[in-house]
Amino acid sequence: MITLVDYDAGNTYNLQKAFAYLGVKTNLTDDPKEILASEAIVLPGVGAFQSAMKILKAKKLDTTLQKAANDGIPLLGICLGMQLLFDSSSEYGITEGLHLIPGKVIELPNKKGFKIPQMGWNQNKLLKPSSEFALLENEYTYFVHSYYAKCEPEYVVSEVEYSANVPAVVQNKNVFGMQFHPEKSGHIGLEVLKTFKERIVFK
Amino acid sequence: MLAKRIIPCLDIDDNRVKKGVNFVNLEDVGDPAEIAAEYERQGADELVFLDITATNQKRSTMTDVVENVSRQVFMPLTVGGGIRNLNDMQKLLKAGADKISLNSAAVADPDLIQAGAKKFGNQCIVVAIDVKKDQKTGQKLVYTHGGKKATNINAIEWAKKVVALGAGELLITSMNKDGTKSGFDIELYQEIGAAVDVPIIASGGAGKIEDFVHVFKEAPVDGALAASVFHFGELTIAQVKKQLKLAGVNVR
Repeated sequence: MITLVDYDAGNTYNLQKAFAYLGVKTNLTDDPKEILASEAIVLPGVGAFQSAMKILKAKKLDTTLQKAANDGIPLLGICLGMQLLFDSSSEYGITEGLHLIPGKVIELPNKKGFKIPQMGWNQNKLLKPSSEFALLENEYTYFVHSYYAKCEPEYVVSEVEYSANVPAVVQNKNVFGMQFHPEKSGHIGLEVLKTFKERIVFK
Repeated sequence: MLAKRIIPCLDIDDNRVKKGVNFVNLEDVGDPAEIAAEYERQGADELVFLDITATNQKRSTMTDVVENVSRQVFMPLTVGGGIRNLNDMQKLLKAGADKISLNSAAVADPDLIQAGAKKFGNQCIVVAIDVKKDQKTGQKLVYTHGGKKATNINAIEWAKKVVALGAGELLITSMNKDGTKSGFDIELYQEIGAAVDVPIIASGGAGKIEDFVHVFKEAPVDGALAASVFHFGELTIAQVKKQLKLAGVNVR
């Protein structure tokens, strides 16, 4: 069973609907036992890093997710859920993240012609052709964010060009992150979720 | 690079997509989820649902429409019409909307913009502005209530104000152009684009493919919205995008 981590994140229901459309049953829970017993974990997220981390900690889900990742359970963070996988974020002061992928979450640089947040469809450039997510090459996916992950290229599967090169898909072993919203990225977004299920979870 | 967006608008009345001229002689166009799915196939980048229901008792069906569409169509959904408070917004977001569009309610109570942005994030709050140029004074004025009620608010000043209050996007309809099919109001978008730094969606006047090329080439807009040209099959989104690509506009 794929577990959706329940912590009042904005896009949870839409992710659930996307999985349901693909015929994939998901279990929405904040119970550490259920999370650790699942075949894969999806961490949704919309909103601010600091308050999301606070809720995760209050529910003791930070240590649960770290244990799950160390146990080798595939973990996919989406949007803010991806950002939470990193070491820290500078949104409203420095907040520590889950330390599952080395790197920092910082504000998108303010450059002329680039509105913040980045909101809309941007084109993926694939950096890791051997990735399960190679299907994203040159595909447009839907982004809404003001902060982005700055990390070593070895963790970046694909990126998009904006006021910085923005990692769109990141990976550290069994831990994956997507800055875009696959649940809002039309056909290709559904293919990405299907790939996660078929090639990573139940391979 | 971010792609320019093509956005069909669906007017919803009593669970159905309707289309009329100036909200009268409403013609039934079809089922919202079916039409949304068809637009997704054609390559729409986003959908706007506008609740044009006249009575309150039918209004709650909008949540059902959003809920139903978001089970089958996976792209950004903006919902507007009759949203008056944070509770209305929350219900629609929970049902599957990604953005909330405020129009008359924002004019009546500008604090609602700030409250919505604070609670749900700027990216969630779209302010829709209906603009009409006064033929005598040349002033661009804001209209409310589906364009029926004039205010004395200057549209450019209003755009700046709503952005300062937290609007993450503006949906600007030129009432002088709406329904004319004579092209978008390029000058209006140039003026508003110079005044604010949030994404702008142009609406009103789309009639032929070239109109979309012109607005993206000549004005700083991020998206173009249209209803009737798409509903009645005069143009498909794929045709529009093909031409935009040829003209060097970045589309998906």
